[in-house]
Amino acid sequence: MTFSPELEARFAKMVEIYPPGRTRSAIVPMLLYAQDEVGHISKELIEEVARRCKVTPLQVDETVGYYSMLHRKPLGKYHVQVCTNISCLLVGGEELYDHASKTLGIGNKEVTADGQFSLEEVECMGACSWAPAVQVNYDFHHQVTAEKLDTLMAELRKAQ
Amino acid sequence: MLYNEPSPLEVKLLTRRFGLPNSASLDTYLATDGFKAFFKAMEMTPEQIIEEVKVSALRGRGGAGFPTGLKWSFVPRTSPKPKYVIINADESEPGTCKDRLLMENDPHQLIEGILIGGRAVDAHKGYIYIRGEYRYLIQAMDRAIEEAYTRGYLGKNIQGTGFDFDLYTHSGAGAYECGEETALLDSIEGKRGIPRMKPPFPAVVGAWQSPTLLSNVETFSAVPAIIRDGGAAFAALGPPKNGGTRLICLSGHVNKPGVYELPVGFNLLRMIYEVGGGMRNGKKLKAVVPGGSSCPILRAEECDISMDFDTLAKVKSMLGSGGTVILDEDTCMVRFALRIMKFYAHESCGWCIPCREGTTWLKKMLQRFHEGMGQKSDIPLIGELSKNMLGRTFCALGDAAAMPTISIVEKFPEDFEAHLNGRPCPFAHATEPAFA
Repeated sequence: MTFSPELEARFAKMVEIYPPGRTRSAIVPMLLYAQDEVGHISKELIEEVARRCKVTPLQVDETVGYYSMLHRKPLGKYHVQVCTNISCLLVGGEELYDHASKTLGIGNKEVTADGQFSLEEVECMGACSWAPAVQVNYDFHHQVTAEKLDTLMAELRKAQ
Repeated sequence: MLYNEPSPLEVKLLTRRFGLPNSASLDTYLATDGFKAFFKAMEMTPEQIIEEVKVSALRGRGGAGFPTGLKWSFVPRTSPKPKYVIINADESEPGTCKDRLLMENDPHQLIEGILIGGRAVDAHKGYIYIRGEYRYLIQAMDRAIEEAYTRGYLGKNIQGTGFDFDLYTHSGAGAYECGEETALLDSIEGKRGIPRMKPPFPAVVGAWQSPTLLSNVETFSAVPAIIRDGGAAFAALGPPKNGGTRLICLSGHVNKPGVYELPVGFNLLRMIYEVGGGMRNGKKLKAVVPGGSSCPILRAEECDISMDFDTLAKVKSMLGSGGTVILDEDTCMVRFALRIMKFYAHESCGWCIPCREGTTWLKKMLQRFHEGMGQKSDIPLIGELSKNMLGRTFCALGDAAAMPTISIVEKFPEDFEAHLNGRPCPFAHATEPAFA
């Protein structure tokens, strides 16, 4: 597989920073950064990461299943992650998730038919004091209301 | 960037640069006592550095509250193996959002703390394990690290002191369990984050089978102040054996939720009513989770208490990671317990059977209970099942799921009884609307 020059540069550095013979350490970050570029973790990507980290594809495959940010299926262009853990729960996180689900017409870990949005109910993302929190891809949104979420999604739709 | 207004009651030590223009830049850092502690540490012997940290009574800010100086002294400095410094920035404990601010607003303070830690244990390589969701912080730390390299505060022969140190970031990919130190080590080695048997402790056999100094972001960030101003000054901020300040993450039903730096031992009620601006909508206080979801809950009448490790331990709770969650009278404790258990069932790595099976069973029981299909005999059973997880797992996740659950069942039996006999949740319509 080939990646963008920026990602290739990142990968070249990634396999260098760990102690000698410990390139396996690069598996998790490499998978995550590759997923950001190619969309999801495919069999081909697993084999590619295994080759670069000098491990077997099985050793890569078993780590994929463990980490909740690694996805074997494509996500939407905008992955909307709504936190419903305790601090968010107390200020309407669950209701916000339900609102997002109804608005988008999809359930947890589903993708809209046009592939633009996917939704996930996530665990604590570290925005407790500014709850309820939503992350769209890697961008944090704090003290989100149903109205704020609608506005945000409308903007993202327009930006397509 | 700051996400909430500071409070006049704060004691700004770790957060003193927050809000300054370009607070994350090396220039701002150097202009405000930055790297003074590093140069001082270079003149000290490793034993003196560790002694100073011991005097400071700094205790691990990740949750366990273990004395930091003691932890540092366990690393066999003279071992022929390479030694590593690993910084736990996997901040995932529900209710906790402080390490984010320390990395975003003052990354060089963290770097300086890491360098001093490296000097104390003769380590020359460090890795900051940052949770995958914090991508912008990985970028922020990478920028700060690059700046430090360019200006000679990282790399070979730092500022002519003869001390070498390389520092890197490492991204996680979504796993609460990887905040547990031994699981973090497996994760950084490119494996599933499964906890290891202890002993040997990471200080002796840690990352890549080598001695490893592993602490939380806030712990390392406190080190420059300790070395610069002396351990005694840091210790004096809190009660005995509880030195310094804590970044308290106030969330839930208060008027001014936010992250506030307060001396260890600050009174909890003052935290709610003076720092946090009181209860939202004038409601009554019902309960407090003092330091992240793993901590046993406190009833309102237990809240006139000093927020330090030892006082909270006396009432069988914990200061944990400083995630203080405030609950008002309209909160359904069954729903709250269910949400906590849902989290632990999701995050259990599955390695130890009591935790893997226990969390899922408890989640199902609490779900059934919340839906009004519970039986009276389930109430003690929830407590009993939880107690069966305690101390029977490799890491503390099993305990972390059990402890709040046991405390909620024991302290709020009336909430459970109100759900019996098919009754709908009595709090169902009292849910607060989303933050206005």
